[in-house]
Order: sequence, then C-alpha cells, then structure tokens
Amino acid sequence: MRKLTWFNTVSLTLGFAFLYIPIVILVIYSFNKSKLVTVWGGFSPKWYGELLQNQAFLDAAKVTLQVGVVSSTLATVLGTMAAFVIVRGGRFYGRTLFSGMIYAPLVMPEVITGLSLLLLFIAIGMDRGVMTIVLAHATFSMCYVSVVVSSRLVSFDQSLEEAAQDLGCTPWDAFKSVTLPIIAPAVFSGWLLAFTLSLDDLVIASFTSGPASTTLPIKIFSSVRLGVSPEINALSTIMIALVTVGVVTASIVSKRAIAQQKRDEQMAEQ
Amino acid sequence: MTINPAFAPWLDPQAKPIIDFQSVTKNYGDFTAIDNIDLKIYPREFFALLGPSGCGKTTLMRMLAGFETATKGTILIDGQDMADVPAHKRAVNMMFQSYALFPHLSVADNIAFGLKRSDMPKSEIGGRVDEMLRLVQLGKFAKRKPHQLSGGQRQRVALARALAKGPKLLLLDEPLGALDKKLRHETQFELMDIQEKTGTTFVIVTHDQEEAMTVASRIAVMDHGRLAQVDTPDRVYEVPNSVYVADFIGDVNIIRGAVGSVDSDIADLKWSEGAAPIRALAGPDLKPGARAAFAVRPEKVGISQSEPTDMHNRVQGRVEDIAYLGNMSMYFVRLADGTLVKAQVANVRRISRRGITWDDQVWLSWTDTAGIILPD
Ligand SMILES: Nc1ncnc2c1ncn2[C@@H]1O[C@H](COP(=O)(O)OP(=O)(O)OP(=O)(O)O)[C@@H](O)[C@H]1O
Ligand SMILES: [Mg+2]
Repeated sequence: MRKLTWFNTVSLTLGFAFLYIPIVILVIYSFNKSKLVTVWGGFSPKWYGELLQNQAFLDAAKVTLQVGVVSSTLATVLGTMAAFVIVRGGRFYGRTLFSGMIYAPLVMPEVITGLSLLLLFIAIGMDRGVMTIVLAHATFSMCYVSVVVSSRLVSFDQSLEEAAQDLGCTPWDAFKSVTLPIIAPAVFSGWLLAFTLSLDDLVIASFTSGPASTTLPIKIFSSVRLGVSPEINALSTIMIALVTVGVVTASIVSKRAIAQQKRDEQMAEQ
Repeated sequence: MTINPAFAPWLDPQAKPIIDFQSVTKNYGDFTAIDNIDLKIYPREFFALLGPSGCGKTTLMRMLAGFETATKGTILIDGQDMADVPAHKRAVNMMFQSYALFPHLSVADNIAFGLKRSDMPKSEIGGRVDEMLRLVQLGKFAKRKPHQLSGGQRQRVALARALAKGPKLLLLDEPLGALDKKLRHETQFELMDIQEKTGTTFVIVTHDQEEAMTVASRIAVMDHGRLAQVDTPDRVYEVPNSVYVADFIGDVNIIRGAVGSVDSDIADLKWSEGAAPIRALAGPDLKPGARAAFAVRPEKVGISQSEPTDMHNRVQGRVEDIAYLGNMSMYFVRLADGTLVKAQVANVRRISRRGITWDDQVWLSWTDTAGIILPD
C-alpha cells in the first residue's frame, strides 16, 4: 500500500468529515437520554422504544413501504415496456416525440409534476390516498427505469431471441426465458432506483397524499417543523442503518458474483 | 460426396421440393438484398450457398427460418406457404453465423433448450444432450458457460444446438468457419453421416469452396442477390455458365476475345491478331462476333518445351514464375500479347519438370473440351 501525502490525508479527512459529521451527530443524539436535542443527557435507547409506541410513525412507515414496493414494481413494468418500444420499435411515426416525452420527467421540476398530478386527480374525481401516491410515484420513476433498461437493451444481441424462437419458443416465451434473465440485473437496478426515489420523495407525495396516507418523509418533515424531537433522530438512524445494510449486502453480492465468474474463467483456461 | 449417382431429384419433374422460392425479392429500404430468385431444393439434399460477402446468403436463410418476410414472391416449405407461419412454428432449425448462444445457460442447457420445448419426454433429453456433446467432442465442457469457451468450441455448441432437435430442414450459416482443418474435415464427415442416417435436408452457407465441393449435392453461386448458377459441384466447376462463376469457383485462366464460329457445342474465340482461334466448349448464349471469354482451369493446361503439333489449341510463351506447392507446381507463362496463363502440373517425380525453368520459351496446350467459351 502506498502512503498518502499529508495533502491527500487532509483533503480525505475534510471530505469525509463534511459528508458524515452531520450523520454521526444525528446517530449519537438518537441515543440521548435528554429530551432536549442539543443537550447531552447520557446514553439511552429509550427513544427507539418510544418510536415503536408511536402509531403515527408506524403508520407512515407502512404507507411508505407499500407505496415504495407497489409503485416501483409498476414503474419497472411500464418502464421496461417503454424501453422495449424505444429500442426495438424501429422508426415508427412519432418515435422521437415519444422517447423525448418519456425522458421529460427527468428534468421536470418536481413541484410541477406534483401539481399537475394533483390537478388530474381532482379533475377525474379520484380520492387522494395511497393509490394516488403510488400512481404519482410510478409516473415519475418509470422514466428512470426506462433509461436504465434501454441502455442495457441497446447492447442486447437480438439474434438470441431469434435463436430461441427458432428452437420453438413463442415470442413471449423467448422474452421470458432468454431476454429477461439476461437483462435482469438492469431491470433490478431500475426497480431499486425507483424504490429509493419513492422512499425519498417529499414534494410529489405531499401534493398527492390524502389525510389518511402520510409517508415517512412527509411525517418527518411536518414534525420537524414543530421542533426536532429525539424520536426523529432515532427514526432517521434506523433508516440509515437499513440503507447501509442494503448497500453493503448489494456490494457483497455483486463482488461474490464477480469472484465466481473469475474462478470459472480460470477453470476454463486449464 | 459419395452420393448415389441416381440421387438427382432436381432432374425429376415429378419430385416435390422441400423448399420452393417463387420469384422472391427482398428489399431493405431501396436496397435489394434478394433479387427475384426462383429456387427449388429437394428433400435429402445437401445444398450449399456460395458467394462473396454481402450477396444475400444470410438473408435467404433468414427468410427460410422466418425472421424476414419476402417483399415479393412466395416461399413454400413442404408445399405450404410460409408467409404467415411464425419462426417458432416452422420445422426448421438454423445455426446462426454469430452463434447466438445463450450466455446465461451452460453448454448442456443451450443444447437442451430446444428439446425442452419439443414433445421429447423429459427422461430422454439428458441422453440426447450427451449424444450431441459427444458428436461435437465437447463432453468435458457440458457445465461451462459460453464465455468460457474458445471460438471454435462455441461454434460447435451452436452446431450441436441446431442439430439436437433433428429437424427436417437444417440451415447452417458458416457452420465450420472457425474450426481447424482436421476438426473441420471430421465435422464435415459427421454432417454427411447425420444426413445419410436421418435424411435431413441441409442448406449450408460456406466461404470454403472445397467444403462446398466435398459436402454438397448442389451448389448455388450467388451474385448481388441473384443466383448466378445452381448446379452439381462438378458441373459448376467444369461447365460454369458465366465468367463470374468460373472466376469465383477455383482457379481459372481467362482469355478475352470475340466469338468466331459457333457450331452446336463447340465454338471458336478470336483472341489475338495473327494467332489461331481457340476452340473450346460453347457456353450458353453465344453469338458470332459478340464479346466472350475463354475459361480454362490451370490443371487442364499442359506445358512442354517442344511444340505439341497434335493439339489444336497451342500457344507459345515465356515462363515468368514458378510456384512450388508441394504436391504440384504452378507455372506462370506470359504470352506474346501480354496475357498471363497459369499451368498446373502434378509433381509426380521428386523434382519433376526440371527441364523447364525461369525465362524458358514453352508451349501451352489444351484439348478442345478442356475449357469453355462464355459470354463476357
Ligand atoms: N436488416 C438489414 N437492413 C438493411 N440491409 C441489410 C439488412 N440485413 C442485410 N442487409 C444487406 O443485405 C445484403 C445481404 O446481406 P447478407 O447478410 O445476406 O449477406 P451474406 O451473403 O450473408 O454476407 P456474409 O458472407 O458477409 O455473411 C448486404 O448488403 C447487407 O448490407
Ligand atoms: Mg452471412
């Protein structure tokens, strides 16, 4: 290993400090015994206990997960279909317009997306609730999915599907048993992206949520406006822990897959 | 190919073709890839498609397999119009030029892919896969993924996968291109063996003329989406119907000139002022006075130091170069009018024809039926 120069050491430390000190402080204060957020009153995990008693937070967490899973699944299906049309559809009439419109929500300000969806739901007389958030999230995250999936599809060798059909697959069977397994990593990362976006979203959710369907970001944001409570710190710490576990697991899994592949290749050379 | 000499269904007006192209044209935009082709291929044939890159061989195969539809014309397989039959319903298997192996499946699963979708009982699939693996000598590689194989091994997996279902009609798009000579000969032999045992009809694309000559019952030479000639290997070689075919298949000497007299199957070619006309077989559509070319294979041209007065066709020239090719030698002889003619002589003795060497004046001669005069 090479030793770092003092300059590199300092910039590394500063960078990490900038990124992680706020989070570390938040985690530390989530174990604060005192009710005052800024005064250290000794170690205690009691706020985690309180959190579990807080029905409003638990409900919000449930809504968030429901919305996340359903909307990202919906977005993955729609986004993958859109990606297929864009990549495979050939030069049909209006293709440029269609693909441009698919990607527009990427750059559209969230406030506008949220507002327009709100107006739509009011216009068609749809009661706001979990369903409307799901639809709203699926709408804006499907374009992310279609970007991820179409970039994979571009390099997908279409003769594989032809070979499958040649060997007796219907087009749908060929898609299921050849195309999908091969593009599965891209589809999965599209899903993960959509899920994260949904967990993360405050603006669009606040436009489209109803009284009985508050998501965690909305809940956190509104309670912070009444003052930061240690409970919020505890909740945030849990979310950080979940995300960390998820990221670490994903990276371990993919490292293992790469190592396995390397082993296979070495075997092949013998 | 050691086929039964009686096997010539294309001569039998009663024979039913397995493949029937009727005035088929395929356009990509305003580019014509296949240009009004009529072609019949008969059951149990080993049919080879030969032609330069981009002449439409793969396109023809893809229309048979059901991945392209003809712009004009009709394609019949076993008498049935294929226009509305999708690829997966055709009793046709194709080996892709790009192999198209499934990267997420092992070699064995690639081969089993089609079998699992056929009506073969599950219990027999394993045995059939093993049989295919043995055939292409990949038994040890059954569990590997395609990316862990060499190019030639991949090609053999693709071949095994296409053969596995034992289809009535097999389309092989350059099936042996990546194999070394020994393995290629073995596989050619295996293919012929399979064909003999199962009666499958093969359509094979190849860039290797020798391969086409070895395996094929008939050869189609293609040129820019058209069929230049469809005939048995010996006829394509001995009596090509155009300069294009003569030049494309094997080594050939071309001498250009004008048609003298034409008399049923023998014609004269005036090729050089003051030289006697060349007399040879008459090709199709010769008109006296029209431009034509005489084509003769180097191995049919004799070379001698003294004038062969008994031969009608004899010309004098100077030896410009000699290429020693082991089993034979090629003499490059420059004629008085500048034409270069190749004469090939088998090296029957250890150092044969010692007598003839660089810059010698020699005589070249050939019989009246050695070459053919073709419209140019
Ligand atoms: N999808 C397509 N769109 C436009 N042109 C095409 C398409 N497929 C093939 N062509 C053109 O049609 C012609 C014939 O192509 P084809 O693949 O049949 O050639 P080939 O005889 O198989 O050549 P090779 O020996 O190089 O494989 C080529 O000029 C090619 O550029
Ligand atoms: Mg080709």
